[in-house]
Amino acid sequence: MAILIDDKTKLVVQGITGRDGSFHTGQMVEYGTNVVAGVTPGKGGQEVHGVPVFDTVEEAVKVTGANTSVIYVPAGFAADAIYEAADAGVELIICISEGVPTLDMARVTYYLKNKGVRLIGPNSPGVTSPGYCKVGIMPGHIFRKGNVGIVSRSGTLTYEVVNAITEAGMGQSTCLGIGGDQIIGSNFIDILKLFNDDPQTEAVALIGEIGGTAEEETAKYIEAHFNKPVVGFIAGRTAPPGKRMGHAGAIISGGSGTAADKIKAFEAVGIPVADIPVQIADLIKQKLSK
Amino acid sequence: MKLQEYQAKDIMESAGIPVKPGKVATTPQEAVAIYREMGGQVVVKSQVLVGGRGKAGGIKLATNETEVREKASAILGMDIKGITVKKVLIAPAVNIAAETYIGIVIDRKTQSPVIMVSPAGGIDIEEVAKKTPEKIFMTAINPFLGVLPYQARALASKLFQDPAQIKKTARVITLLYQVFVDNDASLAEINPFCADDTGELWAVDAKILLDDNGLVKHPQNESLRNLDEEIPEEVEARNSGLSFVKLDGNIGCMVNGAGLAMATMDIVKYFGGEPANFLDIGGSSSPEKVITAMNIITNDPNVKVIMVNIFGGITRCDDVANGIIEAHNKVGIKVPIVIRLTGTNEEEARKILSDTALIPVGSMSEGAQKAIEIAQTR
Repeated sequence: MAILIDDKTKLVVQGITGRDGSFHTGQMVEYGTNVVAGVTPGKGGQEVHGVPVFDTVEEAVKVTGANTSVIYVPAGFAADAIYEAADAGVELIICISEGVPTLDMARVTYYLKNKGVRLIGPNSPGVTSPGYCKVGIMPGHIFRKGNVGIVSRSGTLTYEVVNAITEAGMGQSTCLGIGGDQIIGSNFIDILKLFNDDPQTEAVALIGEIGGTAEEETAKYIEAHFNKPVVGFIAGRTAPPGKRMGHAGAIISGGSGTAADKIKAFEAVGIPVADIPVQIADLIKQKLSK
Repeated sequence: MKLQEYQAKDIMESAGIPVKPGKVATTPQEAVAIYREMGGQVVVKSQVLVGGRGKAGGIKLATNETEVREKASAILGMDIKGITVKKVLIAPAVNIAAETYIGIVIDRKTQSPVIMVSPAGGIDIEEVAKKTPEKIFMTAINPFLGVLPYQARALASKLFQDPAQIKKTARVITLLYQVFVDNDASLAEINPFCADDTGELWAVDAKILLDDNGLVKHPQNESLRNLDEEIPEEVEARNSGLSFVKLDGNIGCMVNGAGLAMATMDIVKYFGGEPANFLDIGGSSSPEKVITAMNIITNDPNVKVIMVNIFGGITRCDDVANGIIEAHNKVGIKVPIVIRLTGTNEEEARKILSDTALIPVGSMSEGAQKAIEIAQTR
């Protein structure tokens, strides 16, 4: 089963002729993702890794039946790319672009609410459902099909956890990064709802970081509604207050958003929190053997 | 990106928000010259990007030339929370009858801008928010519609009773929202927003934070950056597309990705070491970026060892390896480098790094423990 993407995914790549877009199109095709179209305005008619390029998403969807979009365009154009995909009728948009203006995202998320389109990101490393396909920039070779769902605010830290789970002899149902920005399309709770309904997923690893209160709210949701074992990790225990740690969301302000707060919130509802990323695999094993 | 009070006031004044016209001085002489044109009672305000200026003695009243010279001399060069005051704002004083608060921020929960007002404005607004939250009034704004007239009126009526003052305040709220949107701000704040003894309204202090991600839409705002209040290495890092924060330890860290960079600092601490920095070399990293990163790390005399932690996805391990070799040759790095590379093009990287003095490790934990061991013996 997996969530969000599977063997029914037909992908259109927005920004396919750019450096990152074309490199990762190659990687996705190699992994087995059904990349049906690419879009770069003014470059319709070309091909990238055998994928036909169109001028507009609307045209790409009409010709190929694409139902999912991934966005690699520069930050200043990302909002427009999301609107275009939503208006063209794709069901799922995954935005990789990093550094999208926050007010652009306020408008985008408001617009999408009324459209019924799901957005992952921006500043997301993408989504991977091992054995089906991958969308985004995650390195495919570290994954193995299995029963652990992974949802994270980070990119490379997620790979670290995936790797630990694979090396421990387990595997993943679906792994995704929701993005480290202040305003994002889907939050932890949105994704947990999907994992709850997915029969392939038997446990979930939740990777949070400092800043905001998403982890605290998620802990409350898990206690009340989530039926599967969850383990956690929080990055930024040593981060000083008031400094932005790379992600727009990763900043401790006014005494809230600290790692200690989040760890406390998780542990209070029975979610064990790993001290270092590799321990997540052990915690999942313990949970699943109970 | 933080703006100084005078920069924020300039922006607000151009938008039509009532601000007492002030001028900036960098010497006591300049301060006196400004005073000669102004006369009356003025306030001499230090211009630094930290809070608590008043409590630190960085804001003083003056009523004649001698006092202006004295106060400006005292404040210029003063140290406020580690920052040396280089500029003072000289502005006509306001005889404050009432202090209120108006602020706009992005709210993660409603995913929209939120306007906050309070009739209890002034230096203790954070205490007010904590102890008497009922005195703070908030309205989420639809990002497509902006502030609606009724919303501005309702918020304004929480601050003043007089109909004329309510009308003027509603206009200020609307204008402040415009400032927020037009500059892609992450905070626009007037605290205090005051009524004087004649009933006139003034923005007595102003604060604007610009969304770093929004600067791509407003390149002209780059010129407002206050470089002299930033750590030079952090500026250099930003200009090269790196994200760097200096810390106090002795283990330099170079990592790809913010989450992993934080987790690397954490793991160093977990095993008993002290990280010297947070450094994220970002996604698609070229060898040049790695060289700059190495330079920045080794500029810190406290650094005794460098821990490189790369999990290649969009970042290619061979690019990083080439950068490290080049940095080693060009800059002559004198401290040992513990290196963990895994992911995209890992094999190529391993070949590049064989026969070098670098210390390869297989995992984050091993890397952190090795780096700590080296730091302790040097």
